[in-house]
Amino acid sequence: MPPSALSCRSRPLATLSLRNLVKSYGKVEVLHGINLDVADGEFVVFVGPSGCGKSTTLRMIAGLEEISGGEIHIGERLVNNLEPKERDIAMVFQNYAIYPHMSVRKNIGFGLRTSKLSKEAKDKRIDEVAAILGMTDLLERRPNQLSGGQRQRVAIGRAMVRDPAVFLFDEPLSNLDAQLRTQMRLEIKKLHQRVGNTIIFVTHDQVEAMTMADRIVIMKDGYIQQVGTPLDVYHKPANTFVAQFIGAPSMNMLPGNWAGKGVKLGDGLGIDLPERSAPEGADVILGVRPDDLVVTGGKGLFSGTVNIVEPLGADTLVYVGVNGHEVIAKASGREPPKAGDTVKLTAKAGEMHLFDAKSGEALP
Amino acid sequence: MASQDIAVKPSTDALFSGSSRNSRRNMGQFIRWALLFGGGILMIMPIVFMVSTSLKFPFEVYNLNLIPEEPTIENYTYVLEDGRFYRWFVNSLVISIVTTASAVFFDALVGYALCKFRFPGRYLVFIAILSTLMIPTEMLVIPWYLMSKSFGWLDTYWGIMFPGVMTAFGTFLMKQFFETVPDDFLEAARIDGLNEFQIWWQVAMPLVRPALAALAIFVFLGNWTAFIWPLIVTNSVEMYTLPVGLSSFGDEVDVAWELIMTGAAISTLPTLVVFLIFQRFIIRGVVMAGLKG
Repeated sequence: MPPSALSCRSRPLATLSLRNLVKSYGKVEVLHGINLDVADGEFVVFVGPSGCGKSTTLRMIAGLEEISGGEIHIGERLVNNLEPKERDIAMVFQNYAIYPHMSVRKNIGFGLRTSKLSKEAKDKRIDEVAAILGMTDLLERRPNQLSGGQRQRVAIGRAMVRDPAVFLFDEPLSNLDAQLRTQMRLEIKKLHQRVGNTIIFVTHDQVEAMTMADRIVIMKDGYIQQVGTPLDVYHKPANTFVAQFIGAPSMNMLPGNWAGKGVKLGDGLGIDLPERSAPEGADVILGVRPDDLVVTGGKGLFSGTVNIVEPLGADTLVYVGVNGHEVIAKASGREPPKAGDTVKLTAKAGEMHLFDAKSGEALP
Repeated sequence: MASQDIAVKPSTDALFSGSSRNSRRNMGQFIRWALLFGGGILMIMPIVFMVSTSLKFPFEVYNLNLIPEEPTIENYTYVLEDGRFYRWFVNSLVISIVTTASAVFFDALVGYALCKFRFPGRYLVFIAILSTLMIPTEMLVIPWYLMSKSFGWLDTYWGIMFPGVMTAFGTFLMKQFFETVPDDFLEAARIDGLNEFQIWWQVAMPLVRPALAALAIFVFLGNWTAFIWPLIVTNSVEMYTLPVGLSSFGDEVDVAWELIMTGAAISTLPTLVVFLIFQRFIIRGVVMAGLKG
C-alpha cells in the first residue's frame, strides 16, 4: 500500500502537558495535582483501578469535563478554556458511539462536516482511512450490520479522519471479547507506528498497558503512582500498589523486618539481600514476582506445602503456604508438583523487591 | 439402553399430565383470543355505525341495523359539494400540521434541554411543566379566551393553535426518551465540532425517531379531533374546524346525523394516512444499534 497522506501530513507539534491538574466535584477533590509531559508521537497509557481518575483526566484533556485547577497544554497552546472542537483532538469511546442512523462512510466522514475541505478531498480522506482500517467494502453499511470489532474500527476511523494532534482512547477495547481485543490491540499499535500521532489510551487492563504503551501512567485515588516504560514499571515498581497492579499474577508480598543485611521473615527465616539497605529493625515488605519464584529440587529460600496447582501448559502456577502466607510460584509445566507436596522455592536476590511497610514506597 | 427406553417410551402418567397441560394452555389461549376479539368488536363498532349511517337516507338513520336497506352515496355527494366542508377540512389540516410540527419541535427541544443539560432550577422547571398536566382543558379555556381576546387572536388560526404549539405531555415524553440516548453520542459529536443545536438536530433527534413519531400521531389526532377550544375561539363559519363544522350540520329542529357521519367518515382519512406514515418509525427502534451490541 502506498504511504498514506495521513501519515505524511505535516502537523503542529503534538505534545501534551498537564500542570497541577485538579478536578473537584463540589468539595470532593478527585484529582490531586496531576503533572505529566507527553512527547510528540508518544503512546501513553493511563492505567489504574476503577475510580482512580484516569477517565476523568482523559475527559479533561478532551474538554468534556471542566478543569477545577491547573493547566493543560496541547502543543504550544493552553487549552483550558477551549471547546473540545478547538483542541485538535479526537476521541474513541468505550461504547464506540457511532451513529446508528448513518452509513459507515457518513460516520467516518462526520468529523469532517465542519472542515473546509472540498467534497472530493473529504471523500479521498474517508477512502484512505477506510483502506488503512480494511473497511473499504463496508463503507455503505449501517452500524447494525457490523460486528463489534468492525464498529470499533469505524469509531477509530472517525477519529483518524480528522488527523488530530492527539488521539484519546477511553477504554476502547473493554467491550470486545478476548480474542478480538488482542487483535485490535495489535491493530492500534500498528496504526500508531504508521500514523505516528500522539496517543493517550485509558484502560484498566494492565496487559493492554504493558503491550501497547511507550510509557505507562499508573494511577490510584486521583494520584499518579508511577510513570515509566512498561519494563520500568514491571522491574522497578515505585511502590507496593504498582508492584501488585502490574503483572499477573500479582507480586507476592511477604512482611518482615530488616536485620543486618537482609530480611527476617519470622520463625527464624532470613533472606540475605546484600545490595539492599534499610534502617535496622524497620518493618519491610519483601516482594517477589511469581515468575521469579521457582520451584527447585536444590537448596531453596523457602519451603512450604502446595495448596493449589494451576496448570498453564508451558508452566504451572503453584500456591504454596509459606510462613503463614500463601505465595504463588512457577513450576515446570511437564512435571508439576501436586497439592499436598512439600516444595522448595528459590529466587535470585536481584529479582526481589524491598518496600517500606508503612509508606509502601520501594527501598533502595 | 435404559436411558433410551425412557426417552422413547414416556410413561402414561407423563403423557396424561402433558395432555392436560396442553388442554389448559389451549383453553387459556382461547380465552385470550375471545377477550381480544370482544375488545376489537367494541372498538370497531362505532366506526362501522359511522360508515353505515353515512350510507343511509335520513328516514333510516334511527334504524340501528348495520346494513342500510337502501344504501346511498348521496350524503357523500352532498357533503363534498358543500364548499364549507372543504374550508373546514383545510382549516383542520393547516392547524393540525402546523401544531404537530411545532409541538414535536419544541417538546423535543425542551425535553432534550431538561434531560441533557445541568442548570440551576432544572428540576423546578420540569415539575412546573408537568404540573400543567393536572389542569383540565375545560378550566384552561377561560384564561385562553381572555388572552386571545386581549391579543386580538379570536377567530384566527393562531388563536386556535396557540394552546397546542408546545405540550407538557410531549415534553415529558421526549425527556424520558432522551434519557435513553447515551451521552457518548453527544460527546463524540461535540468533539467532532458540532454546536449544541447541531448535536440535538443531527445526532439526538434521529435517535429518538420512534418517540417523535408517536408524539406526532398523538398531537395530530388531538388537534384533528379538538372540539371545545375551536368552538369557543371561532366565530365565523369560515374559521370552523372539521369537528366544529360537522356539528353545525342540521338546524334547530333536527340534527342531520347522516351528514355528520359522512363528514366524520371522510375526516378519518387523514388520521389514517398520518398513522400509516409514522407507525413504521415507531416499530423500528434504532437507538442501540451504534453502541456495543
